Amino acid sequence: MTHAGFLYTPSASRAFVAQMRRDLTIAFRSRGELMNPLMFYVIGISMFPLGVGPGPQRLAEIAPGVLWVLALLSTLLSLDTLFRRDFDDGTLEQLVLNVDPLFVGVLAKVFAHWLVTGLPLTLLSPIAALMLFLPASAVPTLMLTLLLGTPILSLLGAVGAALTVGLKRGGLLLTLIILPLYVPVLILGAGAVMATIDGVDPAAQIAWLAAILALMLTLTPFAAALALRVGLE
Amino acid sequence: MHESLLTARALKCERDGRVLFEHLDLDVGHGDVIELTGPNGSGKTTLLRALAGLTGDFDGEIVHSGHFSYVGHRGGLNLQLTPLQNLNWSAAIEGADVSTEQLESLLEAVGLTGYELTPCQQLSAGQQRRAALARLGLQTAALWLLDEPLTALDDAGCTLVRDLLARHRDAGGGALCATHQSLQLDGTRRHALGRIA
Repeated sequence: MTHAGFLYTPSASRAFVAQMRRDLTIAFRSRGELMNPLMFYVIGISMFPLGVGPGPQRLAEIAPGVLWVLALLSTLLSLDTLFRRDFDDGTLEQLVLNVDPLFVGVLAKVFAHWLVTGLPLTLLSPIAALMLFLPASAVPTLMLTLLLGTPILSLLGAVGAALTVGLKRGGLLLTLIILPLYVPVLILGAGAVMATIDGVDPAAQIAWLAAILALMLTLTPFAAALALRVGLE
Repeated sequence: MHESLLTARALKCERDGRVLFEHLDLDVGHGDVIELTGPNGSGKTTLLRALAGLTGDFDGEIVHSGHFSYVGHRGGLNLQLTPLQNLNWSAAIEGADVSTEQLESLLEAVGLTGYELTPCQQLSAGQQRRAALARLGLQTAALWLLDEPLTALDDAGCTLVRDLLARHRDAGGGALCATHQSLQLDGTRRHALGRIA
């Protein structure tokens, strides 16, 4: 195995494409499961006007936090199946044994996961923002922070999902492992949206999110690959 | 035999204070088909997983001379995908250079003609096993590690596995099969695992 230039070996890039296409095909075969996190997001948000009261002023105040917390929770909801189904049917073993380097396969799975959870969630967020009377001027910031933040959620979540893959009921443990790690993303994301509402330039928070994304993109696939090997034992 | 495909020396594995096997030496050379036998719980699957590198919880030394194919008792098929899609994915991650026609002929060879585009969950257990074994036809590895390849297969299916193994052996490959039923293949060696107190 050569480490230099591995991404350019035909087998690694072919494995990446094949893995991503496979995961997307499976996602679209089980549409109910695919819609779950999105439904959770929209329904969860629609509960707030009912619970807090429909006053635009009060809703707009909590909107940035609520929109981001729900994004966190609906990502978390979708993470459990990221590796578990493959673990159950034995395809995860095949992935670990055949894809070299393994992080390429992990990255493909996480990317496919983001395409069916984080991305649609980002695209749906203006509608959710409307329900909470978020000022229209803050919607672009909301979408941009979600676009940068949801891949971080998927990448970090992959590490937790890999660690708990061998456990029968890893869901709760996964939550305990992952939610604390999501806190900085939540603070920065919601903070950027709040800053925009207050008329402050959110560039700092957005730059931080972008930096964290870059860091996570380089670190977590290795960590998740390592965790998968441990999790399979 | 010339160079070994797989050499294992002084393997020892313990689970919950019970020794599954110890002082275990194993060589799989070119043209070797080895039946791994033993009662339930004697550690056949554990040994295969250790040899495949799927578990590191053992003592001893394992040396591979190259790539290997592993078919576990979980077949490695996604049940929502068709046999063709599963095989296509296997070919891609194993780096096999094959066309769709070749993949179809591999499925034909395991008796799945007409089922190429049926989701695997609608297939019977035996057909699923056949779909999993079709992967071996990709011939990406000289060494096969098979865990109970005959499970759920009918007589024709067993013959099919026998033929696959015979052809693989004649091509210079080696195989290690954990099995309860005899493979009924001439010239196989047998390695029995037994409970040690």
